[in-house]
Order: sequence, then structure tokens, then C-alpha cells
Amino acid sequence: MNESPDEMTELVAAAREGDRDAFDELVRRTTAGTYTLALRLTNNEEDARDVTQEAYLRAYRGLKNYRGDAQFTTWLYRITANCASTFMTTRRRHRHDEVPEGVEFADLRAQSEVEGGASNAELRDQLEWALAQLPPRLRAVVVLRDVYDLPHEAIAAELGISVSAAKVRLHRARHKLRSTLYPELDEVEVRAV
Amino acid sequence: MRCDELDVQLSEVAGGNVELSRPVRRHVEGCLRCQAELVQYRRILGVLRSMRIEVLEPAPGLIAEILTQIEIAGERTAIRSLLTNHKVAYFGGIAAATAAGAAGAILVASRTRRSRVSLAS
Repeated sequence: MNESPDEMTELVAAAREGDRDAFDELVRRTTAGTYTLALRLTNNEEDARDVTQEAYLRAYRGLKNYRGDAQFTTWLYRITANCASTFMTTRRRHRHDEVPEGVEFADLRAQSEVEGGASNAELRDQLEWALAQLPPRLRAVVVLRDVYDLPHEAIAAELGISVSAAKVRLHRARHKLRSTLYPELDEVEVRAV
Repeated sequence: MRCDELDVQLSEVAGGNVELSRPVRRHVEGCLRCQAELVQYRRILGVLRSMRIEVLEPAPGLIAEILTQIEIAGERTAIRSLLTNHKVAYFGGIAAATAAGAAGAILVASRTRRSRVSLAS
């Protein structure tokens, strides 16, 4: 998100006083970033648009509750995460095409060699693919923690789970990503510590 | 404990959150499997962090849709508060009229009583 701290602070203060133009400007400045997060969480462009719209509506209604103890964008990320979680939960009740958590992904080595000297760009593409294959509940945690650097407590609060559940999901997600991108390691003999 | 059970610890070390205990560190220093796993987690977490600065542009029209939704929400809120204010004014008027009526009745009653007392005397 393109954010100059002073300008953003002024815009947020004006918006909290009821200045609609200021809020509209905040929307213009932050939409791409919010949409990016929504897309990473939902893995679907149409859903991401819906989640982004809902996030701004909630932000508009709840702006008076924003105390300014975190960046405005961080506050917005949390709202977006919460909206995406609600959206995905509701959608899951109606659709049953999600990848179950136990399903293993195809061996990516057939598509591109990532081990050894693979460039960051290649790894990045592979990672985007692997993230998209994760079950939404695991993807949400790894995106919020490892991409957006939200604390475990904030993630747990927005997803409606305990902190320990958030940590467990994070480790599962990281493990799945690693074993998808580097499956050869799982074939190496283990030793006693 | 086997070295594939260090998975969680290795991912946390790669994330920079924890340090390994001395026996585990000693094991990792001598185990190519664990070293490889640690490097893989570091690469994955490094790329994930770099994604934060990437912005994916939405299809055109999203900002306009959001602003329209907020406009509608703002109008609804304004209408609701207007209706609430009207209700307050309406019930306030009724309460004021009732109070004025009661005060008038008390005044008339007290005057009537005073004139009866003066006639009797």
C-alpha cells in the first residue's frame, strides 16, 4: 500500500470526524493492497472483490473504534482477514470443492526444478502455486503471519480461533509448503537427535 | 526424538523467532538433512516476506463500487439518525404538552381553592 504516514494520519483523523472525502481518499490509496490480501486469502478474483467491498464497509462503520495504536493499513488488514474468514466459512457451507487438508499435492518437480539453484523468481512462482493449493484455513494463517507479519494473537482474534490453534495451523501450512516445493527431503533417511 | 520431528523448531528458527537448544543445535550442525530443511524454510519464508510489497491491481471499477456502497451506507445512516431525531422531537413535544397541561390544571385548582376560602371568610 502506498502510504505516506503523515498524510495517512491526517486523512484518518479527518475521516473519523465524518469527512467523507477523506475516507474516499483512504479507499483510493489502499484498495490495491486490501484487494491483494483478499485475493491471497480467497484465491478467487470475484470473491476477493466481494471481501474488499465488505472490508471497506466495515471499516467505514467502525472507523470511530480505530484508536490509531496500529497503522491504518494494519487495522484494515485485520478487518479484511475477518471478512475473508466469514466469507470462506459461509461459502464452505454451500460448496464442497475445497481441497481437504489431508490431500497431498502433485510433485512439482515435473513442472519445474526448484531444488538447488532455482532462482527466487522461480521459487516465487512455485510458492504462489503451492499457496493456492493449501486449504483456506491453513492459507489464511501463513499469509497473515509470514507475508503480512500480523502477530499470532491478532490472527487468532480475526479468524475466531485460539492462539495455539493459529500456531498449529501455521506449522502445518509451512510444512505443506516445504514438502510441496522440496519433496525430495521427505525421502532422505532420518536420524536420531 | 528423530530429526524429522524437528520440523516445527526448524521453521521457527528460519522465521527468526526462536533459537535452538544446545543439543538440537549440535545435531543440526552435523546433520545434512536438517541443514537442508533449515535452508529450505529460510528460502520459503524469505520469498513469502517479499510478497508483502507486491500489489495486485484489481480489475477497473472496484474503487467506484466501494465508494457507491459507502455512499449508500452513509445515506442509510443519515436517514436513520434523522428518523431518530424526529422521534425524539415528537415524544419530547408530547411530554412538554403533558407537563404544561398538568401545570395549568394545578394552577386552576389552586386558584379555585383560594377563591372558595376567601368567599367562606
